[in-house]
Amino acid sequence: MNPGVWAGVVVLGGVGAVLRFLVDGAVSARLGRSFPYGTLIVNLSGALVLGLLAGLAPGREEALLAGTATVGSYTTFSTWMFETQRLGEDRQVRYLVANLAVSLVAGVATAALGQWIGAQL
Amino acid sequence: MPDRRMIAAVFAGGAVGTLLRAGLSVAFPFPASHWPWPTFVVNVVGAFLLGYFTTRLQERLPLSSYRRPALGTGLCGGLTTFSTMQVEIVRMLEGHYFALALGYAAASLLAGYGAIQVATALVRRVRVGV
Repeated sequence: MNPGVWAGVVVLGGVGAVLRFLVDGAVSARLGRSFPYGTLIVNLSGALVLGLLAGLAPGREEALLAGTATVGSYTTFSTWMFETQRLGEDRQVRYLVANLAVSLVAGVATAALGQWIGAQL
Repeated sequence: MPDRRMIAAVFAGGAVGTLLRAGLSVAFPFPASHWPWPTFVVNVVGAFLLGYFTTRLQERLPLSSYRRPALGTGLCGGLTTFSTMQVEIVRMLEGHYFALALGYAAASLLAGYGAIQVATALVRRVRVGV
């Protein structure tokens, strides 16, 4: 892996994080913050795109730049867990369970769907 | 529209977090039949750091406009990943490693949630002003 690829990882990782910040903000502004819809939309859309990239079976460098760096940074595990734990602190047990279950089940389903679409292209 | 300094803070943190995660994934490639340690470790460590930073910034430190975007949204968001975890689980299911897929998903949620819980408790135990 040459230095140019790693420079690309750095830049695209920054871009992915900024995209997440903007999408999360836009979704939360519309749907409110009683449930973490912003992170859910970000994570599911990212799982779909990463699945699609996996289905396209790109080369190693392309997978690193488009998948690991960009989409990997766009989606987040830490914020998902943080928001879930805060729902627990607020005794919002239904929201807590929904946030874990919907993210995980829909996440695997959208990633599988994306992979299937990618394989057809 | 958020200001430019905030966007720059998210970008910088995200760049660093992503470089760490991508570096680990290249250094330790894992087949679908094995526990994906690189993703698991960055996710749990990133969750711990986010719990620590965010609780400290919200409840302990004076308001700052760029620390949370840089450290939380940027660094921890870039270090951790949801999409890679989902694709890893799909590959485990495709390979019929059902117990591995279930164990990986359950362990990630338990460890991630637990990391936030512990980090939050650690920050709150320290008295204000100390």
